[in-house]
Amino acid sequence: MNAPQLEVTALSKAFGGIHAVDQLSFEIEAGKVHSIIGPNGAGKTTLLNLLTGVYAPSSGSVRLEGSDVTGLEPHELAARGMARTFQNLQIFFNMSALENVMVGRHLRERSGWFTAMLRFPRLTAGERESREEAAELMRFVGVGEYIDADADAMPYGALKRLEIARALGSKPKMLLLDEPAAGLNPTETHDIDTLITRLARSGVTVVLVEHNMRLVMGVSDHIVVLDYGRKLCEGSADHVRSDPRVIEAYLGSEGLAAC
Amino acid sequence: MLAQLLQFLLAGLTVGAIYALVALGFAIIHNASHVINFAQGEFVMIGGMATVSLANSGLPLPLAIPIAVLAAAAVGVVLEKFAVEPARGASVVTLIIITIGASILLRGLATLVWDKKLHALPPFSGDQPIELAGATILPQSLWVLGVTLGIVLLLGWFFGRTLTGKAMLATAHNPLAAQLCGVNVRFVLMLSFGLSAALGAIAGILIAPITLTSWDVGVMLGLKGFAAAILGGLGSGTGAVVGGILLGIAESLGAGYISSAYKDAMAFVIILAVLFFMPSGLFGSKSAERV
Amino acid sequence: MNWRTPRTGGLALLAAVIALLPLALVNNYWYEVAILIGINAIVCVGLNLLIGYAGQISLGHAGFFGLGAYGSAILSVRYGWPPAAALAATTAGVALLALVVGRPILKLKGHYLAMATLGMGIIISIVIVTEDRLTGGPDGMSVPAFTLPGLTLAGERVWYWITGAALLAAVWIALNLIDSPAGRALRALHGSEVGAQVSGIDATRAKVGVFVISAVFASFAGSMTAHYSGFITPGKVSFFHSIELVTMVVFGGMASTFGAVIGAAMLTLLPQLLTILKEYEMVVFGGVMIATMIFFPRGLLPSLMLALGRKRK
Ligand SMILES: Nc1ncnc2c1ncn2[C@@H]1O[C@H](COP(=O)(O)OP(=O)(O)OP(=O)(O)O)[C@@H](O)[C@H]1O
Ligand SMILES: [Mg+2]
Repeated sequence: MNAPQLEVTALSKAFGGIHAVDQLSFEIEAGKVHSIIGPNGAGKTTLLNLLTGVYAPSSGSVRLEGSDVTGLEPHELAARGMARTFQNLQIFFNMSALENVMVGRHLRERSGWFTAMLRFPRLTAGERESREEAAELMRFVGVGEYIDADADAMPYGALKRLEIARALGSKPKMLLLDEPAAGLNPTETHDIDTLITRLARSGVTVVLVEHNMRLVMGVSDHIVVLDYGRKLCEGSADHVRSDPRVIEAYLGSEGLAAC
Repeated sequence: MLAQLLQFLLAGLTVGAIYALVALGFAIIHNASHVINFAQGEFVMIGGMATVSLANSGLPLPLAIPIAVLAAAAVGVVLEKFAVEPARGASVVTLIIITIGASILLRGLATLVWDKKLHALPPFSGDQPIELAGATILPQSLWVLGVTLGIVLLLGWFFGRTLTGKAMLATAHNPLAAQLCGVNVRFVLMLSFGLSAALGAIAGILIAPITLTSWDVGVMLGLKGFAAAILGGLGSGTGAVVGGILLGIAESLGAGYISSAYKDAMAFVIILAVLFFMPSGLFGSKSAERV
Repeated sequence: MNWRTPRTGGLALLAAVIALLPLALVNNYWYEVAILIGINAIVCVGLNLLIGYAGQISLGHAGFFGLGAYGSAILSVRYGWPPAAALAATTAGVALLALVVGRPILKLKGHYLAMATLGMGIIISIVIVTEDRLTGGPDGMSVPAFTLPGLTLAGERVWYWITGAALLAAVWIALNLIDSPAGRALRALHGSEVGAQVSGIDATRAKVGVFVISAVFASFAGSMTAHYSGFITPGKVSFFHSIELVTMVVFGGMASTFGAVIGAAMLTLLPQLLTILKEYEMVVFGGVMIATMIFFPRGLLPSLMLALGRKRK
């Protein structure tokens, strides 16, 4: 078996008295779709925040491709191939939709101050390429019609996908999605489903936090179930689906039969 | 040696108490509205100047002082109603500019109503210094310390025990929820400006016999009060008081032992030093931003 | 060439205004006012990058302006440096200072940042007033004219064109920056700091970078003022001047380079016009500030553009 892409060991985060993530250990394998599920307040978002450097862990460690990345800043982790979206949108509403996605390409652009201020010719070429690629990404996630729009003029469902396009701008190795289907209608949810599958097939590791069980069970290669910040169980969709503790804690008695 | 240190400490404590009162004003308004009221110093000026002019027109101090405080509180309410309230929801910077505009306007009014001269207020109970372990203290300083202590206790009771006080804290915490629970948020906003203005005015009256007063005393005192509020941690009442006292003492020691020319700079050096290590001040909440 | 983009159309318009304005400048007094507008506008264009675009407030930029002015003055008067060398050294020094203090200061947020920058500005101002052997203290100091080998720059007309050219350059640089990867990073920080960070933007680096740039703009304008006016006083370093600069930016319109220029023009002209009100000047000035911010919370130019856009639709 090859070494895991991401290795989480005894990771914890406490807010005052609340152990939002508690002694959590699991591994993520490259190129697969991994889902993290659990009831509201289980610590899923906190976990993503820890993995992407938005929060510093209280204890524990994270290794990415063999090297210790615990406590690195978000931009450092982005440079190592991590990208994400947010449960509460973090769109740049002061910019156009296209510019939002161009920001996603930041790491792959010439971002020098002098080049920018004096507008050296090499910048112009890069800008054109950036625009084209950003537009391409917007079409890829299905928001091509908003290429000329301002971000604050877009509907919610499109913004969620705009965030995915932005995240893809950095050509990430690992994409973490926090409830991409929340608030979307069934058609839009289906599109997300297709999108995730396509991404995984192109080699991007996907970490999916989601409440929509149909989506999760359909796309996941591997699922980690959280409850009160701890790992309840993990495994394939079938394995998780039939675990009585999961049914008990999360899905309730009528739960998984529906999936 | 020790007597000199004590002398500096007493002087610092007196000024610090004044800073604390101004800082409390900043904290109360910030809690109710998230506005930093850069006109806070003008209430200090209005308190002092109004008392001086009322006293000069023959009113006894015990009558002049409450009238001046009420006048300042009224100005505070008017400021809230006509300058801050109409701009609700504007950006932080916009609100800062509005209160700075108000500060300029109030200073302009002061030069019209009064003048551009320095004025003295007679001390409340004479100016015979009192001996204290080799140091001396003016009776007026005792007034400053006593009144400030009284006000701090009164505010503690008000916010901890009375319904109105609790309503103000609730509004600070979550305006929408407070509104749903029947708190009149607009009333709370006006009350907070009135209360802060009254606190500022009292500070201005207390200090006027020691440092003189004029149309422009509010600027530096306002800035120091802001510094004290930030030093303590914005929104924390304890922080405002501790911050004020600390700044006063640091300034006094700095002026005494280091350089009197840099007395005014001392407060800002300290605040920068503290913020570098404690970015939310001494008592500010350090909650991680939720995303 | 697309004349509707700010970088071409806007710059051309500004150049035209600068070129034609002398027709309306009837005497030296109005030349002085125009130069003052230009100098303030240069500072505001830089400050707007920091406040308007990156969303980081500074209530201390008069400090950088003052360091520029006094740096040039002290090096050329007390140490006999050629003005050009003094200007270069001062600008570099201010950039370095902004870099060093910017790192810890810009970790602060909101009102804490406002306090820290305000404190920094006041400390600079107190140092300048107090170190009177170098700076002349509250009385100020005189500064020689700007000379290059074989050339002395003096007189309102000459400085009008120098200021005009410098302003055009400042606006061009600002427009370039905004529409570049580095500029997008700044705007992204304003939009959502975490969103920017997870996109790979080093927030501290970006903030410090724009802080340094805005400080350099202010310092350069300060040096210009010193040589142009031949005399400087600590008034230009004071807290009030810092506030005045921020007010110009907000007044004209945050996140709008031309708004910053308009704000500088309006607020430089207003006091000139209000002098006829004599003792009522402060009251009216304060009132205008409040009213403008209440009715145009986004600033004059953006509000105007919005109104025009609506009409067109
Ligand atoms: N910044 C914070 N400060 C304090 N407590 C927090 C913070 N972020 C999360 N928490 C707490 O940590 C726990 C886990 O929250 P988290 O947002 O990670 O849950 P979640 O699994 O994402 O829930 P949901 O499905 O509702 O999104 C909750 O009790 C929450 O209140
Ligand atoms: Mg969540």
